Amino acid sequence: MAAMIDRRAALDVGTIDPNTVKKELIAAYPTKVARKRAKQIVINKEGEVPEIAANTRAIPGIITQRGCAYAGCKGVVLGPTRDFVNLTHGPIGCGFYSWLTRRNQTRPPTGEDPNFMTYCFSTDLQDENIVFGGEKKLRAAIQEAYDLFRPKAISVFSTCPVGLIGDDVHNVAKEMKEKLGINVFAFSCEGYKGVSQSAGHHIANNGIFKHVVGLDDTAAKEGKFRVNMLGEYNIGGDAFEIDRVLEKCGITPVATFSGNSTYDQFARAHTADLNAIMCHRSINYVAEMMEKKFGIPWIKINFIGAKSAAKSLRKIAKYFDDQELTGRVEEVIAEEMVEVEKVQAEVRARCEGKLAMLFVGGSRAHHYQDLFAEMGMKTISAGYEFAHRDDYEGRRVLPGIKIDADSRNIEELVVDPDPDRYRPRKSAEQIEELAAKGFFFKDYEGMMAEMAEGTLVIDDISQYETERMIDIYKPAIFCAGIKEKYAIQKKGIPMKQLHSYDSGGPYAGFKGAVNFYEEIDRMVNSKVWSYLKAPWQTNPELAATYACQ
Amino acid sequence: MLLRHTPKEIRERSALTINPAKTCQPIGAMYAALGIHRCLPHSHGSQGCCAYHRSALTRHYKEPVMASTSSFTEGASVFGGQANLTQAIDTIFTVYDPDVIAVHTTCLSETIGDDIPQIARKAEAEGKIPKGKFVIHANTPSYVGSHVTGFANMTKAMVSYFSASNGKRSEQINIIPGYVEPSDMEEIRRIACELGIRTVIFPDTSNVLNRPQTGKFEMYPKGGVTVGALMSTGDSKATVALGSTASWPAARALDVKCNVHCELLELPIGLRATDSFIDTLRTVAGVSVPDSINIERGRLLDIITDMHQYFYHKKVGLVGDPDQLVSLAEFLVSIDMWPIHIVTGSPGKKFESRIREITREIPRQVNVRAGGDMFLFHQWIKNDPVDLMMGNTYLKYIARDEDIPFIRFGFPILDRIGHSYFPTVGYMGGIRLLEKILDALLDRKDRDSPEEFFELVM
Repeated sequence: MAAMIDRRAALDVGTIDPNTVKKELIAAYPTKVARKRAKQIVINKEGEVPEIAANTRAIPGIITQRGCAYAGCKGVVLGPTRDFVNLTHGPIGCGFYSWLTRRNQTRPPTGEDPNFMTYCFSTDLQDENIVFGGEKKLRAAIQEAYDLFRPKAISVFSTCPVGLIGDDVHNVAKEMKEKLGINVFAFSCEGYKGVSQSAGHHIANNGIFKHVVGLDDTAAKEGKFRVNMLGEYNIGGDAFEIDRVLEKCGITPVATFSGNSTYDQFARAHTADLNAIMCHRSINYVAEMMEKKFGIPWIKINFIGAKSAAKSLRKIAKYFDDQELTGRVEEVIAEEMVEVEKVQAEVRARCEGKLAMLFVGGSRAHHYQDLFAEMGMKTISAGYEFAHRDDYEGRRVLPGIKIDADSRNIEELVVDPDPDRYRPRKSAEQIEELAAKGFFFKDYEGMMAEMAEGTLVIDDISQYETERMIDIYKPAIFCAGIKEKYAIQKKGIPMKQLHSYDSGGPYAGFKGAVNFYEEIDRMVNSKVWSYLKAPWQTNPELAATYACQ
Repeated sequence: MLLRHTPKEIRERSALTINPAKTCQPIGAMYAALGIHRCLPHSHGSQGCCAYHRSALTRHYKEPVMASTSSFTEGASVFGGQANLTQAIDTIFTVYDPDVIAVHTTCLSETIGDDIPQIARKAEAEGKIPKGKFVIHANTPSYVGSHVTGFANMTKAMVSYFSASNGKRSEQINIIPGYVEPSDMEEIRRIACELGIRTVIFPDTSNVLNRPQTGKFEMYPKGGVTVGALMSTGDSKATVALGSTASWPAARALDVKCNVHCELLELPIGLRATDSFIDTLRTVAGVSVPDSINIERGRLLDIITDMHQYFYHKKVGLVGDPDQLVSLAEFLVSIDMWPIHIVTGSPGKKFESRIREITREIPRQVNVRAGGDMFLFHQWIKNDPVDLMMGNTYLKYIARDEDIPFIRFGFPILDRIGHSYFPTVGYMGGIRLLEKILDALLDRKDRDSPEEFFELVM
């Protein structure tokens, strides 16, 4: 591997004092707003991670980039599953906006296999439904979907007005399940639930766990080392690359939650022996519940960044504690790193020392720092859009997180060991033994522990703060989502979307790392940003002289 | 096949919409509000609405789309959104300093019955609206109409809140361009300019959603109709409203409020609709049409006559918004093309009868549906294939499955550029449309011709 990558190296951003920056960011706000934002803007300390306020309400009018519970539930977690009919119960907009816009790739094995991802299904509620209730229409829509498509399952997603008018979507689902003999289940993921997409992730996790996981005991795929990949949504083909690498190592991916996934994968997920979590924020609930019910332990892994991917593979191998697997994993890493190191060295020469900012997601703002570090770039500031304190500060803070009114409204499922299927994959002694060797389960350290001293961690960054941060630090690249993209580029700063990847990807795994290096190299070193001034704008006096002659 | 589950056999559905050909009202209101200078659109509802609308508009225009939200939580949904909107107004004026906040409602705030004017009055009484600044609103429940009626409602709000009359008629003409692209609004202004007419165009998203790269981000770019200009619309000589769905409510409101005579026209897409637009403008303004316009018209006509053989009796499928489809269908029929499947998701019976009227000379079955969806459209295509499809980006899935040439037209176009810069209205817009149609048809002919029929010349 290339020279040691040290993300903690002192940042050379001149004389910028992060305390002054923080003051400047909140100076323009009304007093109360400033007080609230001050808790969400934190100057990082090494060794002792400071507390940050997260998963709290966004301030009305501040121009947040956050979405809603429906977006988190239907859009993020369950949207990528290809063989459900995902039926949005509500007015047309919600279904329309979440129709194919997230770049979740899916690859049915044959042309005949079901794939509903290209379709948008909605009850398109009208005013008379709002007045008289929408249950009748929902029932009819489920029937029509069944008659047309005969899907394995139909899932219903509630939008804001559905909760208010009191449609009992769960009862309708239950009725139709009995009537049609297929699995029908509903999600109360009204947009106003919680404070961001995050509430929707939790609701989706609960629903998929309650209604699908564990329904099918026949393990579809053979394999000695059977792993579920959790919190990987196959944007731009990330899950394809992760599966390629796992399979090359002899590890069998059982289910991915939920990139390139199917109903059957979820139903059989409990037959796997390990849950590996990519995006901790969106999916840790399922992992926790599967552990309690089926005895499958979970570990945090990260396939973003070649070094992280290698580390994750080794972690999985260590868990299975198998000589052959360990050997194979090392072979694969060595083989894959040849190309990675070649490209890394090339781009590093051009990217070393450049500054990056990442404000995205509930894990990506953390994971992608690894890729930037591998290129020699420095993350000067980062933050999540919808994460919780544990994603910033590590899971050690979990016991201390106060449950507020917005979180309390999201159901916490009570899960007990399954009388027939609970099978602890590791005994207490084995777990202890692993711990002694430095192997921990549920071990997410969070983003801040890996960020440098003096970097700014900003939760739910506003449009205003985004602009100020760019003006102050002039980063070489800014990473966020589509809503931020063009405002940032108008400032002459290249902007990379880390939700949808701007048509790019995959960026996970080894091939993904190479793709990312090349993409960022293209962006931060491109000449296209040098044409901002026309010749007569750079030298107007000369023009004036000519005019006088 | 990407749409492998779509059967050829058509069964009427009563409850299930599949692959919609419309979206909801608030996004149209947001788009319209972006056409007011120094205005921040505000979505009074859950955060997701605002996030989705901004994302969709940004993907369509590849431009910054700034808007704020009331960020409803469960508490606000129970107790009402007054506190959220009041705080939003305070935060927005303090931090972002717009001249106007244009609030639109959502299905959430409409269902709980928030009274926006009352909340705004209270905010004003509490001193949260600085002097000379405005909070306007439109009711845009998502369970009524479509994005086009949302646009119409916000455009009407511009009249309700701003248009005033001092009793002295000016020479100015109001033009309400409808839910068209910034490039179209620019083209409409250029045409009026060529005719020597002073106009107020509202809303006007040119130089907002097709602005230049300057190295500077301006929260409020140069474009947009100013509040002053909107106020002056009440004294204008006349209003020309383009498109009955998007523009008529505002035009009628202005007539009622300030007694401004209004002419309702179809969108000036194609030769005859542009003829009638220019003829109306010339008449209401009392000017004569300059030769520059005659030249443009002549060029469009030249292409029509010269290329007629390539258009002749080609079957076309259209998906889009009602005002666009009416004019586009009329244009296609006028050059002897056959639009035979026409779907809009927007509701409205008038649409179907107008399309029937336009297509009555086509000697074969014509399918038309208002309140339809793309699933039905696809089924029609399977039963009676076409030579060309025109519509938004989602049509590319049908185009690929059925191997049919496809032109992107309408909203949203998520995967190509051009619509922000090159108009489809006016004679020049007609030329662009014909170029696109010819390219699509002739590329297909080149692709499919046996070698001996592969031609160098036309």
